[in-house]
Amino acid sequence: MKMKNVFYRLLLNSFVVVFMLSPLTLQAEHQQIIMGRSSEAFPETMSILQEEIKKAGYTISIVQRVDIGLTGMGFKTDKYRVVFFGKSEEIEQLPKKYPELTPYLPLAISIFAEEEETILTAMSPGFIEYSYVKNPDSSDAELHAIFQRWQKDIESIIKNVEHLE
Amino acid sequence: MLQNKRRYFLQFASLTLAALFLSLTIAIAAADTQSGEVLFQNQCAVCHGNEGAGGVGVPLNLHDFLSTTSNRYLHQTIKMGRPGRIMPAFHTLSETQIQSIIQYIRSWRPAVVIPEYSLDLIRGDAEKGQAVYDSTCANCHREKGIGGKGTGVTFSRPRDAELIAPAIGNPAFLAAASDQMIKHIIMTGRESTPMDSAMAMGLKEEDVDNVVTYLRSLAETDAQQQIKHSHRDDAVLVFESSYSIEETIENMKRASLGHNFRYVREQTLNHGFVEKEQESKDEYLIYFCNFNFLNRALLVDPRIGMFLPFRATIVKKEDTILVMTVNPDYLCSLFNNDELKQDCDYMSERYEAMLEESTF
Repeated sequence: MKMKNVFYRLLLNSFVVVFMLSPLTLQAEHQQIIMGRSSEAFPETMSILQEEIKKAGYTISIVQRVDIGLTGMGFKTDKYRVVFFGKSEEIEQLPKKYPELTPYLPLAISIFAEEEETILTAMSPGFIEYSYVKNPDSSDAELHAIFQRWQKDIESIIKNVEHLE
Repeated sequence: MLQNKRRYFLQFASLTLAALFLSLTIAIAAADTQSGEVLFQNQCAVCHGNEGAGGVGVPLNLHDFLSTTSNRYLHQTIKMGRPGRIMPAFHTLSETQIQSIIQYIRSWRPAVVIPEYSLDLIRGDAEKGQAVYDSTCANCHREKGIGGKGTGVTFSRPRDAELIAPAIGNPAFLAAASDQMIKHIIMTGRESTPMDSAMAMGLKEEDVDNVVTYLRSLAETDAQQQIKHSHRDDAVLVFESSYSIEETIENMKRASLGHNFRYVREQTLNHGFVEKEQESKDEYLIYFCNFNFLNRALLVDPRIGMFLPFRATIVKKEDTILVMTVNPDYLCSLFNNDELKQDCDYMSERYEAMLEESTF
């Protein structure tokens, strides 16, 4: 009987803790677009971004110069680039295991000038995962861990660029 | 002995839980009392600029904006956002946090007297109001107050309109702005924007009342339009090709020309990650671009460059060749932008057509 009381009391306390935690969980909800603003100009921010991507253990495969393409076609634009990056082992293995993930590889952060400042944006890997999770057959702990790591890494990279200026 | 053990266990468990409870309470309180400046920098500055000068989001630090908008309006706008107009709803901010942000925004112009408006409804003639609206206001605010095109102000690429006309028929705008506030703004105009005063536009007070009544009537009809926000659920468009990888790539090039896309380049997926001779020939990326479309879409929302220009992925899986691309229709829901939705529909149609043509 006493053991039962102990159990119920602990259970009740656990509910209180879970209840108290829920607002924090809500606040930690992923943003669907990960964005950052650097008060540095574009070239400096681009350089910091590339350093941060490398520091996070990724390789930059290509920098797509969207602005060059646009100006080449006669449009006026400020600087706009997309930096593609990934880990070679993931780029090697993931398409074989999860071919439908391939259109989102390599990962990308777009970076564009806004007057003297610079904006960074990336698609939330959590948002992409949502499409996969909705299909119960494709829910996969390994894949979930990968999406979570990407989410955390991209958030950190962009946060660090904002703060390391 | 056993009872003592149980008691110690219970005390220990209760103390641990109490400590956890206390630390959580402190954490929540700290998050709630973060300064408005910190909250603004974390939540708003990326779009509205560090000092509210605008960017992807509209400018907030203009004298005329702050002197004509009530705190109630700012509060509701932060809380509810603008469905279909980029500004997201900040559901996770507490009341205290929203108040702190508003205080911070107000601190940019301390001399401005914060207006307060009565919540009394204006009862004019909606039909007459629509006639005035269509002839005088729709040129900037567009039909049914859907708002001007584009994003905020200062994405440094050239913009046709420096400041977009707000979506005054948007249900969230109408929920945030009282009739009296809308009337006041129409009567006085906004100096730092193309919005003239009623007198300058040749409107009498009665006309303004009728316009406000018409706008208020849009809040009811707009609820039905929200249904159109549905988007397809798949993050990826996938087609199976009946050709080899090489043939499929050539087919893609031909198909893209027929849809006014320019071939940019092709590469293996692991190009840049391994030495050239180690690159896998089983996964390819092909880049295409319709520069007219790209330029137009970037003007609507510069963040769309996250998934433009068009990139097709060709993957060999056992004996099957899969041709895939991101699904713009799915990704478009990221942006909360009805205008962009039209472009995303266009993209999805084109992408599907090109994939279909190159695989069958």
